Amino acid sequence: MDFGFSEEQDLLRAEVRKFLDARCPLERVRKLSETGPGYDAELWRELAELGWLGLTIPEAYGGAGLGWVDLVVLLQETGRSLFPSPLVSTTLAAAAVLENGSEEQRQRWLPSLADGTRIGTLAFLETSDSLAPGGIALLGKPDGDAFALTGEKKFVADAGSANLFVVAFRTGAGAGDLALAVLDAGSPGVSAAGHPTIDATKRLGTLKLENARVPRSALLGAASQARPAIERLYDLGAVAVTAELTGAAEQAHALTTQYAKDRIQFGAPIGKYQGVKHPLAEMYVELESTKSLLYYAAWAVAESPGELPRAASLAKAFGTDAFTRIGIDGVQLHGAVGYTAEYEIQLYLKRAKWARPVFGDSDFHYERVARLGGL
Amino acid sequence: MDFKLSEKEQAFRQEVRAFLDENLPAGVNKLDPRFLAEWNKKVRAKRWVGFSWPREVGGGGGGIMEQVVLKEEMAQRKAPPLGSCFMGLAWVGPAIIQYGTEAQKQRFIPDILDGAYQWCTGYSEPGTGSDLASLQCKGVREGDFYVVNGQKIWTSIAMWSKWIILLVRTDPSSTTKHEGITCLLVEMSTPGIEVRPIQNMSGGAMFAEVFFNDVRVPVENRLGAEGQGWQVTVSALQSERSSIAEVTAMYRKLEELVELAKRTQKNGAPAARDTRVRRQIAVFEAKIEAMRLNGLRSLTLQLRGEPLSSETSINKLLRAELEVDMGDFALELLGSASAYRAGTPETVDGGRWQTGALNWPEVVIGGGTPNIQKNIIAERILHLPKD
Repeated sequence: MDFGFSEEQDLLRAEVRKFLDARCPLERVRKLSETGPGYDAELWRELAELGWLGLTIPEAYGGAGLGWVDLVVLLQETGRSLFPSPLVSTTLAAAAVLENGSEEQRQRWLPSLADGTRIGTLAFLETSDSLAPGGIALLGKPDGDAFALTGEKKFVADAGSANLFVVAFRTGAGAGDLALAVLDAGSPGVSAAGHPTIDATKRLGTLKLENARVPRSALLGAASQARPAIERLYDLGAVAVTAELTGAAEQAHALTTQYAKDRIQFGAPIGKYQGVKHPLAEMYVELESTKSLLYYAAWAVAESPGELPRAASLAKAFGTDAFTRIGIDGVQLHGAVGYTAEYEIQLYLKRAKWARPVFGDSDFHYERVARLGGL
Repeated sequence: MDFKLSEKEQAFRQEVRAFLDENLPAGVNKLDPRFLAEWNKKVRAKRWVGFSWPREVGGGGGGIMEQVVLKEEMAQRKAPPLGSCFMGLAWVGPAIIQYGTEAQKQRFIPDILDGAYQWCTGYSEPGTGSDLASLQCKGVREGDFYVVNGQKIWTSIAMWSKWIILLVRTDPSSTTKHEGITCLLVEMSTPGIEVRPIQNMSGGAMFAEVFFNDVRVPVENRLGAEGQGWQVTVSALQSERSSIAEVTAMYRKLEELVELAKRTQKNGAPAARDTRVRRQIAVFEAKIEAMRLNGLRSLTLQLRGEPLSSETSINKLLRAELEVDMGDFALELLGSASAYRAGTPETVDGGRWQTGALNWPEVVIGGGTPNIQKNIIAERILHLPKD
């Protein structure tokens, strides 16, 4: 029994932290946020060289061949520093190909996702904003040996910068008649636009499909059988987003704790007063608990897939509510300066707002936990 | 990361399961005194009472992981406790093993393991609750005796205990309040001790006030050196850290709540279909699972021989919330029927939910209130200034 990180994982954490602190401190993050794509192509290449873009891609396809526990280490750090990049999106697109693609498809797409020449993302949601199978209404019309897609995918992360979309669509009226396919940004009938979000470091957008053709060779797995794959990708997404939000929440808590030590009122640091120290202690309990739930979910990805749905839902539900509270209380405990654009804490509050709906809010995940628990 | 047990640990789990199959048959009345006496004898023979204590004092010499396995299996099957001397096993025994003289060990440890009698704990005083170190009960050395005068309160099971572990102030002139405190082991039948039970809000009386009037305690019953009482107490209270058995018990409570939600109504429909009921139960599950995993992370530190964090305070806070909220939520599910007092003919399930909703202070207040736990986290882990 060992529920902790290995020496290698501790080293990875230190290495990522050092790199991000040196190459992308918050002043740089703020500047990048104001640009259209929202990230730095040069840093993206460096991340590829360090092996972090293809961290969970096997070495045979140009990746580092590590697992989801290692990925969580990486994403906690990118979350902590609010590092802007399509890293999570690309990692999830790679997971879709790796877990569901044929050998030929893996050879075709994974190396370019690992070396950063392709940016991938999942395009699952539609206007209904529902993660249930019924939320996917986009119908693939049989067209010879292919499907033709016309419609819109909404709330697509990094839609503007991605050039590889993993699209979920419907092949029939049955709840489970779903398919998963890879679409190139450059193919006819495919267009996408990304927009800034409440968290200026993230991009979200719409994928428009006008009679876009999906040849059989682009289908990941068999048509009409993709429901389990889609649900697992939602779980992986929940784990990845929870990893980033946990890192961000930890930093928000650290900033606020430091402020409580530095700020003097009534002749003493405000962290001396229980009205300030108790909320900080409560946040700490929530933070440590989020970490525990997250690490278990990350472990379950490979080692206990049957437990993943419950574990991922518990982590995202508990974590997203914890971070929402940490963001709000963090700003409040800073007092008026917390409201200024100059201070860092507000950036984390915005990240919390961004992270809440992504891959399901706490209402969605707690309902799922209740169902899995027999209610 | 790896949640697998070693072969040795797995074999031990099988051993425990086989023992339970044989000695805890389904349907047995676990409150039957004859059954309990047999049970105590058998688990004692297995050396599962004081399982983690050194073998030379009569304990089991069990490892950390085996201890977890044992507690898990016992809680899973709702087995009776391993040993019947609750406070003796929880902290009096560990304190005697660490600070006691050879004679004290021989005199007290076998009785604690056998459950020969109960121990109670004399720490809190009327003016000394959360601020334990400010205690005033006096011990004055007179020849081969300490003469004790003062009062203790919230002393659980004082009326049924043969011995008390007592903290007294032997040096009122010490510079800090943590100094000058001495730990004494006192027989409750000593002249000058008076016990007055206190009735609690659920109608029971588990704790008491204990008065000391010129009580003469032989010096040989001092535990540790004079003035060392604070260390003796703190290290003894730390010996009971693992929350494994608690978590299993909380999961059982959750199952009962789920079952209750399935047979009660809310807004004219089954409560189990109500959105808020479903969410609330799932939130409880998340907190219990967090307790389980927090415990495993801290266990990992222990196994690796790294310094422990304050997992205890984190899980104590989670448990406090759960105890209060789950007890209250059960009454909410009962609706109007929750208003009946336990024992009236109209009460659901004999009133156990009402009793449950009124009994949480025993866990939530005893051993450090939530606000004290928050101070501990804020000051010891976050290093915020003391107030």
